[in-house]
Amino acid sequence: MLFLQRLLWRLATTAVTLFGVAVIVFTVVRVVPGNPIAMMLPPGATDADVARLKALYGLDRSIPRQFLIWGWGVLHGDFGTSISLRQPVLGLVLGRLPATLELASMALLMAVLMGGAAALTATRHRGTRVEAGIDVTNGVALSIPDFLWGLLLIIIFGVLMPVFDISGRVSPDLKLPFTTQFYLVESVLRLRFDITADLLGHIFMPALALAIPLAAIIGQVLKQSLKETMELDYVTLARTKGYGETRVILREALRNAILPTLTLVGVQFTFLIGGTVIVERLFSYEGLGNMAIDAVINRDLPLIQGIVLCFALIFTGVNLVVDLTYAALNPRLRHA
Amino acid sequence: MSALLDIRNLSVALKGGPRLLRSVSLAVAAGEVRGLVGESGAGKSMIGKALLGILPRSVEVVDGQILLDGDDLLRLPPAERRRRIGQRAALIPQDPLTALNPAHRVGPQITDRLVDILRWPRARAEARALDLLAEVHIPDPGRVMKSYPHELSGGMRQRVLIASAFAAEPALIVADEPTTALDVTVQKQILRLIAEMQARHHTALLFVTHDLGVVSKVCQNLSVLYAGKVVEDTTVRDFFRAPGHPYSAALLAATPKYTDPDGSLTPVPEAVIAAVRAEVEAAETEWQHGRR
Ligand SMILES: Nc1ncnc2c1ncn2[C@@H]1O[C@H](COP(=O)(O)OP(=O)(O)OP(=O)(O)O)[C@@H](O)[C@H]1O
Ligand SMILES: [Mg+2]
Repeated sequence: MLFLQRLLWRLATTAVTLFGVAVIVFTVVRVVPGNPIAMMLPPGATDADVARLKALYGLDRSIPRQFLIWGWGVLHGDFGTSISLRQPVLGLVLGRLPATLELASMALLMAVLMGGAAALTATRHRGTRVEAGIDVTNGVALSIPDFLWGLLLIIIFGVLMPVFDISGRVSPDLKLPFTTQFYLVESVLRLRFDITADLLGHIFMPALALAIPLAAIIGQVLKQSLKETMELDYVTLARTKGYGETRVILREALRNAILPTLTLVGVQFTFLIGGTVIVERLFSYEGLGNMAIDAVINRDLPLIQGIVLCFALIFTGVNLVVDLTYAALNPRLRHA
Repeated sequence: MSALLDIRNLSVALKGGPRLLRSVSLAVAAGEVRGLVGESGAGKSMIGKALLGILPRSVEVVDGQILLDGDDLLRLPPAERRRRIGQRAALIPQDPLTALNPAHRVGPQITDRLVDILRWPRARAEARALDLLAEVHIPDPGRVMKSYPHELSGGMRQRVLIASAFAAEPALIVADEPTTALDVTVQKQILRLIAEMQARHHTALLFVTHDLGVVSKVCQNLSVLYAGKVVEDTTVRDFFRAPGHPYSAALLAATPKYTDPDGSLTPVPEAVIAAVRAEVEAAETEWQHGRR
């Protein structure tokens, strides 16, 4: 009951959020200097040429009016046409979205594994040098932002010891028998592990660059939460039953310690998705973020709007998932 | 020959700091109910923690032996010690609201020791848990097994914890002020329940309390602790008739009669406190001297 109420409430707020984002983006891209028409025309074009093109893209009308026309289209699944690529925005965005989702998910997975392992190891060996070492490592990982990690990784594993690919999403000479853009998922489903390996070789470094700062945050917060949980009465009682330290941590403390960590990780994950924009550019990874930068350079208003709306949708979606996971993991909410 | 539990000259100290338990000796025979009394901070809980292997990380055993079934727990390898304690001893904790894991259902918290440590088949452990829940007078045990702790009242949770403590048919149970966190009305029921379970299972009980009224009702023998030192070790009957130590006498005088709960509380006379403190300080100086 409460669960359903929560879900409906979240969906309603999501709709309002998206509307707000749409209004802001729509207005901002139109008031900042630089316009798409000037970029498209060769030098020496006449005012008449400019006016003609403006009319063609509907840019001659007032901003509220443009918004109404665009909004009406969006409600009917028409996000406009990209000015620079001359294709429907929806198709372009959907074509790139899977690449970014795969990258962000891979980064999240790596962050959870690395951060979780760090937190559990530090808790198991709390008060020793192992914990101190993990704390220092976390501190270093946190003080360097994702794109700098990307540069470092390129220098180390791309140039000094070329083990991983540093450019693109997949080797261009590979024939891809895929029907969707979810290459990684589809290669596994089709048992084409040769392609999976190639994809992993490409995704590894950008994903790692994105994962390192998040892993450090997960490591620190989860460790703190675990240490506090380990002092609680029910953990002490479990010790008297005969459980060893490792089992006490995993069985009694972990699940309760994850809850306070979860919300924070959700927020940090949205930052990670924001980070894909630069990191994709850095690794020439053909995702949404990379396309976003091109769209901004070209002042491709419809495409910028479409991409930003898509990112906003992902952010709210992540928050929704975090909220629901929290409720699902917490018996108090689940049965309320 | 030997007692079930035999604590000999146990000293526990803050790491690199002063002693919290000073050469404590205390024995519990099979089936015996021994009270452990003393004012707050005397070290009552610390004895239970040392024996159950759950001392705080800032605290360590610096001297002595804890013999359970004749084997010194402090000299067993850690894994063997944990298993031994899990099999032969159990704890009924003070605060039932925090002693159950909020993430797990009640059933597994009773059966976990049987299944994971003692390797019982799950079905047998669950049947045992159902029996125990019935024994502690929980209506509809099947439903309670599937409940989460937050769905139960404090009294119910303490019943669950009592059932859990008796699950492996331990020889010794430490009950650390098992009623102080409960409503007054529930306190009496829980006390009666513990006495009833103890009698039925012939379990030895180390009953930590600062309520002499409770001691007189459930205990046969009594250890009085002051500032980490056992100042008197006697039978309950002798204690109430003629306390052997001035501090015990003062403690008894200071306690309103359990038959007369409204009786006024007279403080322990300063002179008595000063005398015991001097005694304890002397012992501490001697110990510090010996350590150097
Ligand atoms: N985690 C801890 N770290 C350091 N010292 C502690 C810790 N827990 C208790 N102590 C100290 O150990 C001494 C004995 O504490 P203990 O809990 O055994 O007292 P108690 O007799 O059980 O008192 P109460 O009736 O209040 O429960 C006290 O001086 C207390 O300050
Ligand atoms: Mg205590």
